[in-house]
Amino acid sequence: MADSAPASADAEDGEAERPDPPDIDLPSDAFDAVLDALDGRDPDEPLRFEGFGVARDDGDREGDAAGTYRLDPADDDPRTGLSERELHEALDERAPAVTDWYAFERVVGEFGPRRAFLRWIEDADGATVATRYAALGEGIERAWGELKVTATITDRGERRYDVRHADDAGVPIDELDAYDDPLDARDLVKLDAKGRYRPLKTAPSLAGGWVFPDLGPRDAYEAVETVYPATVANWHREREGELDVTNWRETMERQSGIYGVVKTWDRGEGYEHVNWVAEACCDDSQCLKRREWEYDDETDLDVDGGDGVFPCREPCSVVVSAARKWTRLESEQPRTYEFELTPSEKEQVEDVIDAVADGRTDEIREADTKEGANRYRTRFLRAKLFDEDGTLGGVPTEPDEDDGE
Amino acid sequence: MQSLVIVAHGSHLNPGSSAPTYDHADTVRATGAFDEVKTGFWKEEPHFREVLRTVEGDEVYVVPLFVSEGYFTEQVIPRELRLDGWDVADWDSDGLSADQATLVAEDIDREVHYCGPVGTHRAMTDVIVRRAESVTGDPDVGDDVGLAVVGHGTQRNENSAKAIEYHADRIAERDRFEEVKALYMDEDPEVDDLPEFFESDDVVLVPLFIADGYHTQEDIPEDVGLCEDYTDGYDVPTDVDGTRIWYAGAVGTEPLMADVVLERAADAGADVEDALDDVRETTRVATGD
Repeated sequence: MADSAPASADAEDGEAERPDPPDIDLPSDAFDAVLDALDGRDPDEPLRFEGFGVARDDGDREGDAAGTYRLDPADDDPRTGLSERELHEALDERAPAVTDWYAFERVVGEFGPRRAFLRWIEDADGATVATRYAALGEGIERAWGELKVTATITDRGERRYDVRHADDAGVPIDELDAYDDPLDARDLVKLDAKGRYRPLKTAPSLAGGWVFPDLGPRDAYEAVETVYPATVANWHREREGELDVTNWRETMERQSGIYGVVKTWDRGEGYEHVNWVAEACCDDSQCLKRREWEYDDETDLDVDGGDGVFPCREPCSVVVSAARKWTRLESEQPRTYEFELTPSEKEQVEDVIDAVADGRTDEIREADTKEGANRYRTRFLRAKLFDEDGTLGGVPTEPDEDDGE
Repeated sequence: MQSLVIVAHGSHLNPGSSAPTYDHADTVRATGAFDEVKTGFWKEEPHFREVLRTVEGDEVYVVPLFVSEGYFTEQVIPRELRLDGWDVADWDSDGLSADQATLVAEDIDREVHYCGPVGTHRAMTDVIVRRAESVTGDPDVGDDVGLAVVGHGTQRNENSAKAIEYHADRIAERDRFEEVKALYMDEDPEVDDLPEFFESDDVVLVPLFIADGYHTQEDIPEDVGLCEDYTDGYDVPTDVDGTRIWYAGAVGTEPLMADVVLERAADAGADVEDALDDVRETTRVATGD
């Protein structure tokens, strides 16, 4: 999933091919916001836009109740004594910079995660307004989990966002179910494509077929945060160097009630069991978060944390619940059972485990008896090896089960 | 900026568990009383541990969508929200009277108002009555009709039964229903024997549960005898041993629950203006036919 953020560092190469920025008309709400921001602002502290500043210039026309303004271009002499109308003209000529200010300072607002996410989409902290507006004119695409977010811009400098499943890239909007309320995403994430409940929203099982074709900035953020809750907040903290990671040991120590038993699973120096948990639950094939938690402060796990954009800061409730089950199961002592299997049967057992673990059982064709996890092959194995009580090889699970009678 | 955070149990197994939480959040959101309304869960996302970092406001009200004071409201939620210095004594509650405690949530380093659960609020009594109205389709239901308020019982939490008795007593005092009884799933008087406890021909059964799930959709219908197997479904009402039982699942799905959420936040100091009246009006059972 390739992102297409605007180039900033390699501007020289891209200069010749870069599309022209779209023509932007300064909308009245942006201009009014500028006037509003200047109102009561110290004339010595100009409002900063890319390439220029604007300040009140009350000193020049004494007795003029309407007030006047000063424009400070970065590379030219200041223009003083501008009337409101003249200021509008000057800002209209610089509409991209003004609408960019308006978009982030007034529409997006201060809230850290939302602001950082929407600025990241268009590389607002790296690329110039001209570069970004040109890129937005073409459409900037970003991947977030299984989502594809495409940012564009109107001729009023307003950002619009198309949010959909990455698998639906390029599908015309009228072929998808279109929504405009970000909270509708709650229903879209509930079930996977086969209609099964998704207990983990960051599992790579998001169903497609829908689109939010035309969201404003705040709604785009809400839609993404509804599909993948708290992922933007955690990604933002990580970028700020403030991600609060809670490792396995600390997380399990905190558990109580029916989950309190999990802390008894950690004994001595060994952490292999947690490697197995992470391999089972936290692999990219199971969860799109990038695991940042480890066994404890000193001990990293040996399995890969994944490549996701957004971090996982502690074992989630799905992991804790599964760990509770494993804590009980793993308290059992191994025993030696004796079964007779042909070499192919032994491999078939391995195939069946693989197919279930990888969620492939639905992909194995009904008549494909070359596959060990094929249903007929598996039914044959059961018919041959299970006794009437469903016991493998007729070997009782408890050694003394036979002795009682 | 004023924010409401509704926290609820959620489920790893049941896709419908979060539905009432979302529904009530939507109802409150529509009133405009809060600048934002967020939801957080124990078993779903955003988790209790991470919900506060999604909140923008500086006046934050956390309302637990739980039926009674106990393990979740006293231990799990404050711990997972990282409410600094939380002590259950902050609520100074007799098991029914938790109102709110104002504490700094370490996760966001801001104060939050941590409210008592919806289930023990006095306004919950009205929701149980409203549930009886909506189940019977009769906004004046009461004459010659019995009401069974049903809860878990005390096996896991003694406050669970306190809440049931509290609301049953309050409804009985109103003299609206012919008779009102508190029944339990795992102790006497047991809901299994419901017809034995009522003389009325019609009894409305309202379980004090937040979401529909195993208890309300499988246990109760089978235990009460509405059906042999819950997968068969049942009629409303269903005749059991000569008593017509009106039952339609957890009270927590009743739209008026949003009112209790608002009441909790308002009690903790939230400015909800006309939202309480709005919700009471818009969630009413239609009169007549």
